[in-house]
Amino acid sequence: IPSVSSIVPESCLLIVVGLLVGGLIKGVGEKPPILKSDIFFLFLLPPIILDAGYFLPLRPFTENLGTILIFAVVGTLWNAFFLGGLMYAVCQLGGPGLNHIGLLANLLFGSIISAVDPVAVLAVFEEIHINELLHILVFGESLLNDAVTVVLYHLFEEFASFEQVTILDIILGFLSFFVVSLGGVLVGVIYGVIAAFTSRFTSHIRVIEPLFVFLYSYMAYLSAELFHLSGIMALIAAGVVMRPYVEANISHKSHTTIKYFLKMWSSVSETLIFIFLGVSTVAGHHYWNWTFVISTLFFCLIARVLGVLVLTWFINKFRIVKLTPKDQFIIAYGGLRGAIAFSLGYLLDYKHFGMRDMFLTAIITVIFFTVFVQGMTIRPLVDLLAVKKKQETKRSINEEIHTQFLDHLLTGIEDICGHYGHHHWKDKLNRFNKKYVKKCLIAGERSKEPQLIAFYHKMEMKQAIELVESGGIGKIPSAVSTVSIQNINPQTLPLERVLPALSKDKEEEIRKILRTNLQKTRQRLRSYNRHTLVADPYEEAWNQMLLRRQKARQLEQKMNNYLTVPAHKVDSPTMSRARIGSDPLAYEPKEDSENLPIITIDPASPQSPESVDLMSEEPKGCGGLPPSPEEDEEGLVMRVKEPSSPGTDDVFTPGNGDSPSNQRMLRCLSDPGPRPEPEEGEPFIPKGQ
Amino acid sequence: QGSAPATSLLSLAVTSEQIEHLHRRFKQLSQDQLTIRKENFDSIPDLEFNPIRGKIVHAFFDKRNLRQESDGLAEEINFEDFLTIMSYFRPIEMNMDEEQLDRFRKEKLKFLFHMYDSDHDGKITLQEYRNVVEELLSGNPHLEKESARSIADGAMMEAASICVGQMGPDQVYEGITFEDFLKV
Repeated sequence: IPSVSSIVPESCLLIVVGLLVGGLIKGVGEKPPILKSDIFFLFLLPPIILDAGYFLPLRPFTENLGTILIFAVVGTLWNAFFLGGLMYAVCQLGGPGLNHIGLLANLLFGSIISAVDPVAVLAVFEEIHINELLHILVFGESLLNDAVTVVLYHLFEEFASFEQVTILDIILGFLSFFVVSLGGVLVGVIYGVIAAFTSRFTSHIRVIEPLFVFLYSYMAYLSAELFHLSGIMALIAAGVVMRPYVEANISHKSHTTIKYFLKMWSSVSETLIFIFLGVSTVAGHHYWNWTFVISTLFFCLIARVLGVLVLTWFINKFRIVKLTPKDQFIIAYGGLRGAIAFSLGYLLDYKHFGMRDMFLTAIITVIFFTVFVQGMTIRPLVDLLAVKKKQETKRSINEEIHTQFLDHLLTGIEDICGHYGHHHWKDKLNRFNKKYVKKCLIAGERSKEPQLIAFYHKMEMKQAIELVESGGIGKIPSAVSTVSIQNINPQTLPLERVLPALSKDKEEEIRKILRTNLQKTRQRLRSYNRHTLVADPYEEAWNQMLLRRQKARQLEQKMNNYLTVPAHKVDSPTMSRARIGSDPLAYEPKEDSENLPIITIDPASPQSPESVDLMSEEPKGCGGLPPSPEEDEEGLVMRVKEPSSPGTDDVFTPGNGDSPSNQRMLRCLSDPGPRPEPEEGEPFIPKGQ
Repeated sequence: QGSAPATSLLSLAVTSEQIEHLHRRFKQLSQDQLTIRKENFDSIPDLEFNPIRGKIVHAFFDKRNLRQESDGLAEEINFEDFLTIMSYFRPIEMNMDEEQLDRFRKEKLKFLFHMYDSDHDGKITLQEYRNVVEELLSGNPHLEKESARSIADGAMMEAASICVGQMGPDQVYEGITFEDFLKV
């Protein structure tokens, strides 16, 4: 039996709940609250939009920007005018109840109801997991059409109070569109840059980093709305602009905080919006006019379908990947209306628009129809039409390499044939970004980190965290294979000893554990401060210690005769950055890393009873490992930056007075106590096979 | 991976107008000679910033791309060859059928493959892949070789795991062949 939630999208259920609640309140005799427009626009809408904008997948968005813009601008305009015009005709023909509704009122009505609503689209599309292209098209359209809606709405509202509408007014209205949209974007960009710049200096007060993101974005929204510019576009622009820089600057924990807060707020907002819609339906005054409502509904659908068809035909001339009829159907079908339309309708002034109630009724009907009928049926339709779904694969390092390669290749080709196309400008923007902007907005030496490396680190960190969270060795995300470095790179290295292969997942585990430990160390140092959260680090350290012990034991159990990870895998830029960027006392003297398998983990907290096995294990060339000339295939070197820099993390360092070499507490990841056999001096160095 | 070239390659239709434009460009590059050599490509200023310019230029002279039967590098190319290379970047036309589309796509991927496979042995070995990554990252002066290598190794392993799946510790994965490349 399929559960209710698999048939009915969440938004529908929420509206039903709202209806019930509203009915209940009315039944009790109280007056149920209505979704007031200012609450909606000021408090409920921004979190959702910020969430969408901050996590907007930028690449597909910019690749399809032209299409999205055409749909958003031209499509909405078409919808508004077509609907408005037709409704005017209906009103004229509709009998006494409708005759008095003028053209302007109808156009206004058309503009309110023609906009595709981002909240509704998000709510429904999230659940159907449609492929990325369609998702970004419909969603992008719903975001960008806000500018059009704002302009049209204000325009018609103004005009309705004029006696005469001249051509000049119309032209000014047209121009105001550009002002509204570009102004909104500009405001957003400015605030985004300020936020990025601020985040550059927050390395000592990590705790309030998320606050800046939220505050600046909200201010962008408010500022834009203040000047009747498009607040949604400002919010999106701010989120998009600040994101790459802020993410490079803030700590990992802040990043998590931002992500979860945004998701939380947007979830709450969305829920509230839909519930309020239900309640308002029950609470509001309604004026039901069959003709008006039914014809509105009908023409809405027709307008949408026609609009999509015509525009797609036009757009396909310029697209490389054409939109198939299936795609077009989904785009048309996904044009859901939602709470924005309702709130805009609610804002209408009774004085000028006596038929406001009728409008509201019609709007609510359309919203209900789109959300319920279209929302519920879109999922089976997607399955029926076998529309491509979103691929769940994570972005692999291969993909990243190829994508970058292709970008450069195409830019190069463009340069060669002297054709200043899309890639050329993108490349110029990137270079400008790298040269000037990043230096300003990103703190420290991270500004020079190339994208590929950053991506690689991110990926590794994610994997490491996943591993720790999954609590052990069991689930490795991708590796079902037992390919190892041995498989790939054996014969070409002449003096190479035949090294036994390390199965990929074991190697992944090692890497991940190391990453976790390393990253955690770094993060701990950056994130905490004497001023904040003093009590926690003890507990944290304790937990981490236990976790590490547990991991190590588990790992060690499964580890037998497996070779190390090649040194460079471990000795990654993370550590070299750690080395370069920070306290020079912090690391061991530069030994020939290739020959000495040294395991150095960050020192145990003094409180830990299990800790402090100050064994200097430096098996110089322990039995199983002849020094190999090829540096990559050599012993495991895990170096950790020693947190001896003063002022941070006094909690952990056993004493600042120690020299680095003393501080280097070498501890097996396994139980304390060296292994008896010299060859297995460290758990990671196996006997030769 | 297949969709990436299809979606992002230049819209260079090989119309007569474009041929004219390319011809003018060719003349500009070759300084009114009949053929271009590698050195002529140095005169393009923007190309300098490109980290993989070596490979791009190389691709123009690669005989495999020029659809000649032989292997190796040509010394110089004439306009016809220039056009041949450029034709790899044609957009997909609406009236192509399935088979043509597939062939077209394969050609483009093959072009890309040749760029990776610098020693023309039909496989992308680890060393070649490392080269690619190093070149990609060559725009950043203070990068260590090791990071490039680790990235390349990781990517290679991923590719191997996708293509071959389970492998015993003794098997050797020579390199990515073209078929595997298609899969990735």
